[in-house]
Amino acid sequence: MNIFEKWSNKLGKQFEKGKPLYPLHSFFDAVDTFFLTPKDVTTKGCHIRDAVDMKRIMITVIIALFPSLLFGLWNIGYQHFTSLGLEVSIWQSFLYGFLKWLPLVIVVYVSGLTVEIIFAQRRKHQVAEGFFVTGFLIPLILPPDIPLWIVAIATIFAVIFGKEVFGGTGYNFLNPALLARAFIFFAYPSVISGDNVWIAEKADAYSGATPLGNIMNDNLSQIPSILELCIGNIPGSIGETSKIAILIGAFILIITRTASFKIMLSVITGGLLMGGIFNLIGTQPIMQIPAYTQILLGGFLFGAVYMATDPVTAPHTSKGKIIYGLLIGIFAILIRTANKGYPEGMMLAILLMNIFAPLIDYCVIQLNIRRRKK
Amino acid sequence: MDNLLSLFVRSIFVDNMIFAYFLGMCSYLAVSKNVKTAFGLGVAVLFVLIITVPVNFLLHQYLLREGAFTWISPYFATIDLSFLSLIVFIAVIAAIVQILEMIIERYSTLLYNALGIFLPLIAVNCAILGASLFIQEKNFPHIGYSFVYALGSGIGWLLAIVAFAAIRERLKFSQIEKSLQGNGIAYIITGLMGLGFMAFLGM
Repeated sequence: MNIFEKWSNKLGKQFEKGKPLYPLHSFFDAVDTFFLTPKDVTTKGCHIRDAVDMKRIMITVIIALFPSLLFGLWNIGYQHFTSLGLEVSIWQSFLYGFLKWLPLVIVVYVSGLTVEIIFAQRRKHQVAEGFFVTGFLIPLILPPDIPLWIVAIATIFAVIFGKEVFGGTGYNFLNPALLARAFIFFAYPSVISGDNVWIAEKADAYSGATPLGNIMNDNLSQIPSILELCIGNIPGSIGETSKIAILIGAFILIITRTASFKIMLSVITGGLLMGGIFNLIGTQPIMQIPAYTQILLGGFLFGAVYMATDPVTAPHTSKGKIIYGLLIGIFAILIRTANKGYPEGMMLAILLMNIFAPLIDYCVIQLNIRRRKK
Repeated sequence: MDNLLSLFVRSIFVDNMIFAYFLGMCSYLAVSKNVKTAFGLGVAVLFVLIITVPVNFLLHQYLLREGAFTWISPYFATIDLSFLSLIVFIAVIAAIVQILEMIIERYSTLLYNALGIFLPLIAVNCAILGASLFIQEKNFPHIGYSFVYALGSGIGWLLAIVAFAAIRERLKFSQIEKSLQGNGIAYIITGLMGLGFMAFLGM
């Protein structure tokens, strides 16, 4: 570690003001603080010292995403080889998935970080940490076969209009990863409709329907069993299929207090509530899916754990978080059930509630002020 | 009953005045610096909508549309005054707003102070004229529908401006690019909010 630190110190001098590499100093700074603690040490005054800064928090989220990622990579290969009727080892499936995932990640990070660095240079800021998580999330919520230029456009759009125009990380009011997905969803609906998912490169462009796609067509017998839904060896986006991996991630997030368990629990409660109400009405076949199956289908849990808990776009007040979570759960199931056009409602429900999060906060604070005045 | 409920929900979310039709944008952009005044304006718009739209519906039904005069005698079935509807609606809205202002000032000072300057302002709000013009196309069977439609659009407008104002209040301390400050960022926020409301498209 010591050698590495010395080397970074030496290299850092090349990026100081007046040196030839100065235009790239924010890029160097971003990479440097990613691995090492910042070099600037304050000399005066009283400070709270804590090893946890924003970068460590972001790294925790990425660690929590790893179970979903690893399982998802295996699952891509598994779905591919199963549909071809081949029996292969775990490693072969994994390798296949990895090679499908790698270009996506490279494109997302290169296009997104380029924009980030340009803006950071312009503002004379450091590159903010937020994009590490955003860039990690985007490939997990996209179908693996999506054209790469679409991914690049969506990432650039989300970073510029979702985040940078408002002043960068911490000022955005929509989740940038979801914004990127929503952008593709509305601009290029044919590649990401959510009811069909690409499985294998067969000559007849075979694509299998996701469980939600089958439900859309009132094909209820196609719902996988609870066990299959939990383990996740079903078609779907990389991150969303395995519920067990998501729960491991949720456990890491809660135990390190990175994400709010209030939001996670209230999203699930809201989903169960709405699912239960639809079960009671039960006039259409889609309403008869049991509420607990609804929770396990599609990206519901993934959204609840990793997307809805985004600390920037969720409400900051404690009561507000509960209201926010409940409404996300309710809207997600409502859109999924009532809106025939959209098989998957989770993304849109979270985006919609992101819009109302500041209002929820405002109401909670005003009510609190009124109560305390009495 | 089922129809009324679906009309109500549709007019709040799916056919939202701001995010689906971009109506009433001028006051939406101008009076959304803080939530309190935005709420005042939203309530005023809602209030005027639920009074003017049913009145205009009656005018449309019994005076302006083609064959409207058949309630007097079948002899008038060919009369079509719909070319007058634009000017009639504007006059009706302006008159009702003026009368309302006087009545409210006389009987409820509290409400008058709460609505304040917004009441005369929204005589020129296009969301209100828009709602009146939309009912021409929608062919509602009776006046109850137009009332529910006005209530829904008004609540949708109120919800949009209040959420927008809350977002703007939160962004007060952010470092928005200099060239985008003010209306520029307001348009970007509105566009992004519209993206969120597309969740209900096709419902």
